Amino acid sequence: MNWTWFHKWGSPKWFYEMSGAWLRALAWAAAVLLLLGTVWGLAIAPQDYQQGNSFRIIYIHVPAAFLAQSCYLMLAVAGVIGLVWKMKLADVALQCAAPIGASMTFIALLTGAVWGKPTWGTWWVWDARLTSMLILLFLYFGVIALSQAISNRDSAAKACAVLSIVGVINLPIIKYSVEWWNTLHQPATFKITEKPAMPMEMWLPLLVMVLGFYCFFAAVLLMRMRLEVLKRESRTRWVRAEVEGRA
Amino acid sequence: MLRLCILLFKRETRLLFRRPMELANPLVFFALVISLFPLAIGPESRLLATIAPGVVWVAALLAVLLSLDGLFRSDYEDGSLEQWVLAPQPLSLLVLIKVLAHWLCSGLALVLLSPLLGLMLGLPERTLGVLLLSLLLGTPVLSLLGAVGAALTVGLKRGGLLLALLILPLYIPVLILGSGALQASLQGLPTAGYLWWLASLMVLAVSLAPLAIAAGLKISVAE
Repeated sequence: MNWTWFHKWGSPKWFYEMSGAWLRALAWAAAVLLLLGTVWGLAIAPQDYQQGNSFRIIYIHVPAAFLAQSCYLMLAVAGVIGLVWKMKLADVALQCAAPIGASMTFIALLTGAVWGKPTWGTWWVWDARLTSMLILLFLYFGVIALSQAISNRDSAAKACAVLSIVGVINLPIIKYSVEWWNTLHQPATFKITEKPAMPMEMWLPLLVMVLGFYCFFAAVLLMRMRLEVLKRESRTRWVRAEVEGRA
Repeated sequence: MLRLCILLFKRETRLLFRRPMELANPLVFFALVISLFPLAIGPESRLLATIAPGVVWVAALLAVLLSLDGLFRSDYEDGSLEQWVLAPQPLSLLVLIKVLAHWLCSGLALVLLSPLLGLMLGLPERTLGVLLLSLLLGTPVLSLLGAVGAALTVGLKRGGLLLALLILPLYIPVLILGSGALQASLQGLPTAGYLWWLASLMVLAVSLAPLAIAAGLKISVAE
């Protein structure tokens, strides 16, 4: 099998040159999808027969929660690539993605609380899903804190990679133990209302929003990675040429 | 290989017992945290007995975490950790022995102390067996997971708080299962399910955590 496509990722210069075009495409896609999804979800989609308009926050809440979880998985995948193939771009991706993932988790928790107040009558319940989301936020904080604490760049990346792999192995255990804890300790005073199978006109804008969030995430990640690559390679000739050419 | 393990084990225990105060500190901390709760909540024994499972487990968790902060520090500072990394024997086996020695000297003492503190919190005597057993199965997991964090932060000047931040979220399953077992036993429900889960977590930790600890130590030593 031809591995050149994979080896190319080892070159920061190649990545920087290629990612410019991807970034433009992704940013446009994100803008269009998010705009379309927001207008569709907030204005055109029908009201929920029980929750009225307050359900519309799912168009932000669900995509953010999706991203929060898949971003942690991405950290671990980047960690494995960084540890096994010693690829520097994977290190960069890991450290750049962690804060985005943390903020997505925070958005999911915040929008959940805003939605919970009118629907459940309280900002926070120790529901299994909420709790495991909160723990996910703490896991992100751990990765960010570790990457900030170690001054040596390469060791910081490796340490974060190990931590995120350990975290990913633990994540299912945490999730199931939290679910078990909740069902055993707390009689169902609050139950997330069993979602009625969502009709198409509500579900499609949600899909658009999820895609938009993924494009947005990829675009922000690329922007952060490009900056980080420039910083790391600041001594090389091509970065100087790039920066001076722009100035 | 076996001889090496025995030698290493002897070395570790000897080093630990040379400084008995450091072994006693986590125990004192454990007892102190537990006795803070009646002071904060009030001496009413019925209330205390209902929160006792959680209190004992949270205190045990914190005591284990604090005792692990210095696990690799002296070895890191005097350079023996570098020799371990260079040694022909697998590093994961060496760290497993080290964590085992540490657990036998500090974790086991904590387990043995716990029934006394449980009684002081008003746990009925029939639950003490479950308390002992759940801590016996749970504290090795805490030690092994904590050692992963200790290995990653050993090179840092102030690793203590960072260690807690990294590791406490990973402790949550053990906390849930351990205090759940105790709570079930308090209500007269069967506890075998919890204990089996704790045992399987322990097997998982014994088999996987040493690899992560070894990887963490290699990173810290290379720095």
